[in-house]
Amino acid sequence: MALEDLYREIILDHYRSPRNRGELQSPPARRVEGYNPLCGDEVVVFLDVDGDKVTDLKIAGQGCSISQSSASMMSAAVKGKTLAEARALIRAFKGMMSIHEHRLDGDPENGEAGEGEIAATEPEVKLGDLEALQGVVKFPVRIKCATLSWNTLQQGLDEAATT
Amino acid sequence: MALDTAMVKKDFPILHQHTGERPLVFLDSAASSQKPQSVLDAMQNYYETTHANVHRGVYAIAERATAMFEEARNKAARFIGAPATREVLFTKNVTEGINLVANAWGRANLRAGDSVLLTEIEHHANLVPWLMLKEQLGIELRYIPVGDDGQLDLSDLDRLLDGVKLVGVTALSNVLGTIPPVRRIADAAHAAGALCLADGAQYSPHMTTDVVELGVDFFGFTAHKMLGPTGIGVMWGREELLESMPPFLGGGEMIRDVRPDGFTPNELPWKFEAGTPPIAEAVGLGAAIDYLEALGMEQVRRHEVELTTYALTTLAERHGDDLTIYGPAEASQRGGVLSFAYKGIHPHDISQVLDQAGVCVRAGHHCAKPLMRRLGVGATARASFYVYNDEADVDALSEALTNTSDFFF
Ligand SMILES: Cc1ncc(COP(=O)(O)O)c(C=O)c1O
Repeated sequence: MALEDLYREIILDHYRSPRNRGELQSPPARRVEGYNPLCGDEVVVFLDVDGDKVTDLKIAGQGCSISQSSASMMSAAVKGKTLAEARALIRAFKGMMSIHEHRLDGDPENGEAGEGEIAATEPEVKLGDLEALQGVVKFPVRIKCATLSWNTLQQGLDEAATT
Repeated sequence: MALDTAMVKKDFPILHQHTGERPLVFLDSAASSQKPQSVLDAMQNYYETTHANVHRGVYAIAERATAMFEEARNKAARFIGAPATREVLFTKNVTEGINLVANAWGRANLRAGDSVLLTEIEHHANLVPWLMLKEQLGIELRYIPVGDDGQLDLSDLDRLLDGVKLVGVTALSNVLGTIPPVRRIADAAHAAGALCLADGAQYSPHMTTDVVELGVDFFGFTAHKMLGPTGIGVMWGREELLESMPPFLGGGEMIRDVRPDGFTPNELPWKFEAGTPPIAEAVGLGAAIDYLEALGMEQVRRHEVELTTYALTTLAERHGDDLTIYGPAEASQRGGVLSFAYKGIHPHDISQVLDQAGVCVRAGHHCAKPLMRRLGVGATARASFYVYNDEADVDALSEALTNTSDFFF
């Protein structure tokens, strides 16, 4: 498996110059931490939600090129979007990761209806640059790196919805 | 070199694999070592000719299985200089061994407010069992600090020991390679009325182990890091302590008598071995000990010091300030475990690019999160050496690091 499948140029670009890097005053911003217990990576997502819009978003923490670039691309994709759009992106992104998790299980036909199915129900969502991360699914141990910031964002949105 | 690594490599089938043109360069033995053919054969042969449950049947193969199992215990006892074979308890791994001591000795001897003294360089295996007792019994934990030179700072040891019931210390750090002065710590512990447990997971595979010389009360190690199979480890304890401790796990094998209203535990060592033990694994451990003793533990250690010296110089020459190696600077004062940071590239990415060159190194927190925080890093990359590694492996690592840099910059 070629390394270039994993480390696409756009990924390295986001890694070298991450977008929306930094912190937001919290409060009022919501601060959510995510950990990858396997490798010690941590991501902190700062989230400003106004009405039904993600008005600002910043990323702090440390991690590998995959987790950092995924967080960077996520921040660019989600900033300014409505909560519903952000959730649709999360579903689509995780779908892109787990469709292949199903395939790895070796049984795409009879696999449980998981998030892969949901991705198919989000055809209107454009992942754009994020599709560069598709290569990650060929390196299963790195999937958790790619999804770390997304799970953290999701947690933040869930918390925002209940408080 | 102290060992003929070309000959040694021949004994390890997995090392004959190639990644493309290149041979497999396995530099992660601190996580788990590879197995020589003799260990694989011993286990296979046991299953093909002898397998039956131990300490039960009176038929020939059952007797033979029992004899082989107990012979492995004899070898383990000799290997660590245990005064008596009955002090050698088979466990699943060293983690289970430490849990055994924490639960059997700890619950019987520790009360709320009692202290256990650990160090900042412990593996989670020697932290979490005690943290669990902290939650459950209300004991207090203290830590011997580590200095920037990678050595434990013992200047405040006497004060730290005040009121302590047990000291737990790794005999060789799996991150820094530090070899703490276990004897000195154990003597100080005893003088303060405390016991001392050493985690030998990284020590016994690489150094001549003598539990009496180390002066400890409990000593654990794990077979899979010393050429043996997974699924078996050893916890050694001083006989009078083991005698006085209640059993850990309950079930068959560990009892002498069971009545509806109670039980009488078996004698040592079986009192601490509930259920069917890992028999083939014990046989494999015995074969691993035979292999190491044939090489000679002194030679194993000398080889590692030589190779670590070579690695420290080669890597420094080639990579200079781009490379930070944690832990003691002198090869003679450390194990063959090199945790490093390189040009700010994340360890995950380093190990991924290295893997492409067939070089296997570990990336992560190495189950030592408190130490990672102390070092101010989330993770490190780690290369570790064993009997089958040679200068060419170090060169491959060095070369692959340069490629990593080319890739990311
Ligand atoms: C110092 C140290 N202690 C304990 C352990 C745990 O070993 P095991 O997982 O075999 O119980 C390890 C290995 O991971 C180690 O390096």
